[in-house]
Amino acid sequence: MGIGIVGWVVIGVIGLVILWWIATYNRMIVLRNRIDNAWSQVDVQLRRRYDLIPNLVETVKGYAGHERATFEEVTKARQAGIDARSVQDQAQAENLITGALRRLFAVAENYPQLRASENFMQLQEELTGTEGKIAYARQFYNDSVLGYHNLIQLFPARTVANMGGFKPRDYFEIEESGARGPVQVQF
Amino acid sequence: MFDQIAANRRRSHLLIFCVVLLIVGIGYFLGLYFELGEYAVFPALLFALLLAWGSYYHSDKIVLRISRAEPATKDEEPYLLNTLEGLSIAAGLPMPRPYIIEDSAPNAFATGRDPQHAAIAVTRGLLDKLNRLELEGVIAHEMSHIRDYDIRFMTLVSVLVGTVMLLSDGMLRNMRYSRRHGSGRQGNPLALVGLVFIILSPIVAKLMQLALSRQREFLADATAAQLTRYPEGLAAALEKLGADTEPLEAANKATAHMYIINPLTEHKGWANSLFSTHPPIEERVKRLREM
Repeated sequence: MGIGIVGWVVIGVIGLVILWWIATYNRMIVLRNRIDNAWSQVDVQLRRRYDLIPNLVETVKGYAGHERATFEEVTKARQAGIDARSVQDQAQAENLITGALRRLFAVAENYPQLRASENFMQLQEELTGTEGKIAYARQFYNDSVLGYHNLIQLFPARTVANMGGFKPRDYFEIEESGARGPVQVQF
Repeated sequence: MFDQIAANRRRSHLLIFCVVLLIVGIGYFLGLYFELGEYAVFPALLFALLLAWGSYYHSDKIVLRISRAEPATKDEEPYLLNTLEGLSIAAGLPMPRPYIIEDSAPNAFATGRDPQHAAIAVTRGLLDKLNRLELEGVIAHEMSHIRDYDIRFMTLVSVLVGTVMLLSDGMLRNMRYSRRHGSGRQGNPLALVGLVFIILSPIVAKLMQLALSRQREFLADATAAQLTRYPEGLAAALEKLGADTEPLEAANKATAHMYIINPLTEHKGWANSLFSTHPPIEERVKRLREM
């Protein structure tokens, strides 16, 4: 007398559930790693911007030394960005930096010689390019977070997430006002 | 997206298979026609396999060379490189190798066999005539070709179909020549079939090239909008490209379908019809604006 048909069905169902469990768990690991990878992309670009800012400030100082308040604002915002630890702090600091840089470039508008200098034009291209890259890295990061949340928050995968300790992550949100979008710099 | 990738892989394999078969077939019939015996198939097979191998691994280089594209460096082209790097981040792909075509007609294409071995070539005119947001739209369009493995299929079509066209061209000429000079047998019905085959093959090849790219362009436009989150950039770029009447000198019939808009002059007139490799620009712009 074996375990009978019912027994086999039960074993089969348990086996399927275990397989599903493993697959779901592994998928969560993959998505979580993708978020970490996406964040490191954001980080690389943010650091690139921190590296460019002192150069920019020095260059502008050479032509417009008395615009002290603007320089200080940029430097302070940059330091806040470097010191930020959580995703939310980072996002806040980035808003400050973007705003401060915009004011710095607005100041630069008043100095035709500065605008014409090779060094300044290069820095401006690099900063604009880096801001674009930050925006795209942020977009990829947020998309990754969304995909991860969709998996860990929906039933029944949710139970796997609870037991495996998969926690939701923060979105990297910045003010949309002009960080991306059709901003035309008028010369 | 994953369906698209799988379909492109399948199509690429099928294309290689068909071209190998076609060349072996041509070899067989030529052997009959010139009474070389059945073993004439083997050199043809060898040639076809070599061609398949070569075009799988090297067609990107061939296409770039034909299009007179030169590698671009960060120091010389920071604008292009920054844009490219940003969009590879957005797409989550490694950065494709950047190339520049020194031509004032604005256009661009992507090539390679997979995202790890991809290249994007843009013309000087594209960099000069588009603003940053428009350039991002165009690059995003090319990035989606790369992500979906369109580049593998499109590049293979360029090289393989180009070769088949070249071969049957040559053979047709050769055959007319030998007939006029009395060699070769006229009465063999198989040889006649072969002749039909040789005449047909470039037509088949051409049809294949036409069938592939219209839907693909719409899809790449949509993905580009998703990458940049700004469909208007690409829409404005397409309008500018469409309004530009300059032909691209380094483009030819084998590579035309790879470009973001048809680089040959004929796209102004009748070609906006059934036989065009690209959907009409107005239609693409309209779809982008509706997003």
